[in-house]
Amino acid sequence: MNYIDSNLKVVGTRPIRPDGVDKVTGRAVFAADTRASGMLWGKILRSPHAHARIVSIDTSKAEALPGVRAVVTAKDFPEIANEEAFVGEGPMNFRDLSCNVMARTKALYEGHAVAAVAAATQAIADEALALIDVKYDVLPFVIDVEEAMADNAPVLHDDMFTAGVNPKPTKPSNVAKVVTFKKGDAEAGFKDAEIIVEGKYTTKPVHQGYIEPHACLATYAPDGQITIHSSSQGHFMVRAYTAKLLGIDIANIRCTPAEIGGGFGGKTLIYLEPVAVALSRKSGKSVKMQMTREDVFRGSGPTSGASIDIKIGAKKDGTIVAAKQVLKFQAGAYAGSPIGPGCMCGFALYDLPNIDVVGYDVVSNRPKVAAYRAPGAPITSFAVECALDELAEKLGMDPLTLREKNAAKNGSKTHYGVTHNNIGFEQVLAAVKTHPHWKAPVPAGQARGLACGFWFNICGESSATVHVNEDGTVTAATGSPDIGGSRASMGMMVAEVLGVKADKVRTIVADTGSIGFTFLTGGSRVTFATGMAVTQAAEKVVEELKKRAAMIWEIPADAVEWKDGMALPAGSNAGAFEPLDLAAIALKAGRTGGPINAEVSVNAQGAGAGFGAHICDVTVDKETGHVAIERYTAVQDVGKAIHPSYVEGQIQGGAVQGIGWALNEEYIYNDKGQLENPGFLDYRCPVASDLPMIEAVLVEVPNPRHPFGARGVGEVPIVPPMAAISNAIRRATGVEMHDLPMSPPKVRAALDAAGK
Amino acid sequence: MIIASGGSCHQFTGGKTEFDVQATTFRQLVRELEQNYPGLGSQVEEGMAVAIDGEIFQDAYQVELKPGSEIVLIPKIGGG
Amino acid sequence: MAKSYVSTTINGESAEYLCEPQQTLLDVLRDVVGLTGSKEGCASGDCGACTVIMDGAIVCSCLVLGVEAEGRTITTVEGIADGEKLHPVQQKFLEHAALQCGFCTPGLIVASKALLDANPNPTETEARYWLAGNLCRCTGYDKIIRAVMDAAAVMRGEAS
Repeated sequence: MNYIDSNLKVVGTRPIRPDGVDKVTGRAVFAADTRASGMLWGKILRSPHAHARIVSIDTSKAEALPGVRAVVTAKDFPEIANEEAFVGEGPMNFRDLSCNVMARTKALYEGHAVAAVAAATQAIADEALALIDVKYDVLPFVIDVEEAMADNAPVLHDDMFTAGVNPKPTKPSNVAKVVTFKKGDAEAGFKDAEIIVEGKYTTKPVHQGYIEPHACLATYAPDGQITIHSSSQGHFMVRAYTAKLLGIDIANIRCTPAEIGGGFGGKTLIYLEPVAVALSRKSGKSVKMQMTREDVFRGSGPTSGASIDIKIGAKKDGTIVAAKQVLKFQAGAYAGSPIGPGCMCGFALYDLPNIDVVGYDVVSNRPKVAAYRAPGAPITSFAVECALDELAEKLGMDPLTLREKNAAKNGSKTHYGVTHNNIGFEQVLAAVKTHPHWKAPVPAGQARGLACGFWFNICGESSATVHVNEDGTVTAATGSPDIGGSRASMGMMVAEVLGVKADKVRTIVADTGSIGFTFLTGGSRVTFATGMAVTQAAEKVVEELKKRAAMIWEIPADAVEWKDGMALPAGSNAGAFEPLDLAAIALKAGRTGGPINAEVSVNAQGAGAGFGAHICDVTVDKETGHVAIERYTAVQDVGKAIHPSYVEGQIQGGAVQGIGWALNEEYIYNDKGQLENPGFLDYRCPVASDLPMIEAVLVEVPNPRHPFGARGVGEVPIVPPMAAISNAIRRATGVEMHDLPMSPPKVRAALDAAGK
Repeated sequence: MIIASGGSCHQFTGGKTEFDVQATTFRQLVRELEQNYPGLGSQVEEGMAVAIDGEIFQDAYQVELKPGSEIVLIPKIGGG
Repeated sequence: MAKSYVSTTINGESAEYLCEPQQTLLDVLRDVVGLTGSKEGCASGDCGACTVIMDGAIVCSCLVLGVEAEGRTITTVEGIADGEKLHPVQQKFLEHAALQCGFCTPGLIVASKALLDANPNPTETEARYWLAGNLCRCTGYDKIIRAVMDAAAVMRGEAS
């Protein structure tokens, strides 16, 4: 059923989230808040070298330390063939994942796990780590993506032969694969162009920056049954990956989703859980592990740093005739950067006749890259949106007009095979055009930047149940960990379908033993796919409630309607019966057939793509190079805002992560390839005093494939900020900022170089 | 008609990027690809998404293909 | 290593515990006393997720030793509400949707309460600078600041 043009009573309002009181009073239980009787503390020993052969590991002194109950190394993990199995997001190479969780013959980055201990206290565990004697044969390392591609670069994997190249290379390299996407004939297009803009752009790796470090509590019981509480974006993923890495049946593992303190993609895979389970198995006790902040920076995956070459050709009237990009993405120690989406997203916003994009997935000696909010898209759009702004300036054209002229519409074909359908980019641009921020004159001493962004949004498998309790209140359960308030939206959709008030529906996130398989929370999929499952479950419950009312009234089931939370006879011919609400029907549930509930599992298809455009006013302090954000507006097509406050929250949060990525965040390495800023002091995320209010403007072009018209919203907002700010800085100073972050020393150096 | 987008199929097709396959469902398509280019079928089924007449599908055996459907193989899209 | 005996006041009630000399107040609150509302985000005083009030001033409990709580008065997030009655800061955080994952929320609630105790009528800039020591990665701070300003108005009797 489709509720898109209905008169909605709950969806679109702003009730208080059901888990809210727990979260503001400190009652909510995150993974590190859990404990078990007699539990041990697990800790990981990490390589101090960026690249080294592990010659030997002697754990005897650690094992002998009083209070130490178990020590594990690679020996305790089964070998996995170089196969790919697909229970996560995108193909996951389990051999690589296993080696990342516990190094085998080589340490491939500073921070790579090489051993782990479980001890009675954290202090003893730390002492034990210091007693593990690892002999390394230090090797030359390489970090920068272009350096890793060079002929004489140290090679990380001697079995890595670049895929996507014909004929297949015979010499191993650090290039895991090459991908290409073409539309039309870019070279011919450039010959036709009247103006060309070219540029080279670089970005640094940035971390998702979740405030909660990875943590888990694992128990391996004597009968081989395993329970895991962990901080993750997908407890079914934790279960599957742990099972795979340890060679255990999935049914023997039960994962409970703890509340999660941020993920942004960084918790769509595992680091600690297989280690904790292995330690628990060896020690016979529950094992709790939590990463320190340093561990998080040294050992968990950030997003790629990258190098991008771009060329855009246009006619003098602003029509773009050709576009080309070469993207080189760092994958970290193992293959798998988001190079595919990186190649697809940049030009996806525009209807261009000739496109040529080539992408390289390159390994180097840093932590294996993990997903970070719209993986690949912010990087590619940094280059595209800056180049377009430079083109607009060269043409003497308003940057918004340039976008309008070339905007993708329904029916536009991308360079990766998708034809846009039911998209709202033009409506987003129209909303920018009429917005007070865009119309306001740029304040004296400031400059304004505009940039746009896109993300596909994904869908996939979700399960949900809706139960009518004996008193007529409702419990809805889903398998989707709640990162940003999704429990509220799930409950609201159920309440809307059932016709009851939002506070009559309680939503919980069920563990892997209590609900059907649900793909992880990421890719902006939950409101879409899990929303679809929960809506269908509620609809089934409505059908059942009507049947039960019919039984109570002794009339045919099709003579009953459901309206505003009540069963009514459908028309006067059906009989003069008083309406029955959920409480009245639930009271008779046993007598009319048993418990009233429904479980639905879907493999949702038809996620609606998201488009956004950001306007940013900045001041540049020419003395210090400091860039202040004075005013920020983020416009985005959200399809239908189920709970507008949490939709606004996604947009504001994503925009601010993008601002951090633009202005300050980067990994800083010393000459040994070791991270010098593994903490929040020197890895500088935005704080409250850095920012103004972030105005989020919700454009609603419904996605007809979702019962309420919703599109994913969480990822699009991180895509535009870097270019919006770079464009503003260029308009303020005349200096092109093509390298991230645009931190004060870099801005100051660019101003110096330009003689300003 | 199929266009193998992205170049990740080259190793199976010997560099060929466009080819014709007869199939009425996605399931059949995968079987045909596997038969003609060993390894490609599993690569498509496990590791790629497919755009059928412009819409993206990730894992969907039963999706119908019409004669002349335009099919593009693209990398599976994750998210953060 | 011999443990020290500490006698202190936590959330208005006398409390006593044994702790090792190097244990931080954060570790003690979470692992010894059992109050897990205060969170560890960094253990180096950079993120504010462990913020508590000690003798009237906000501190990062990860930078205070458990033994330093001797004879002092500590308020954690668990002590901000009055039984079932939420503090205006907590109520406004909920109404403004000023939390997403909720991990930084305890620290922010405590720091915001301390702000309004010290300055009942802060400007937006004053609020932002007071809270600059509390990192939030989810919200971008917009709704947090709105919630704090609204709570301030409620506490001044100017709003509800």
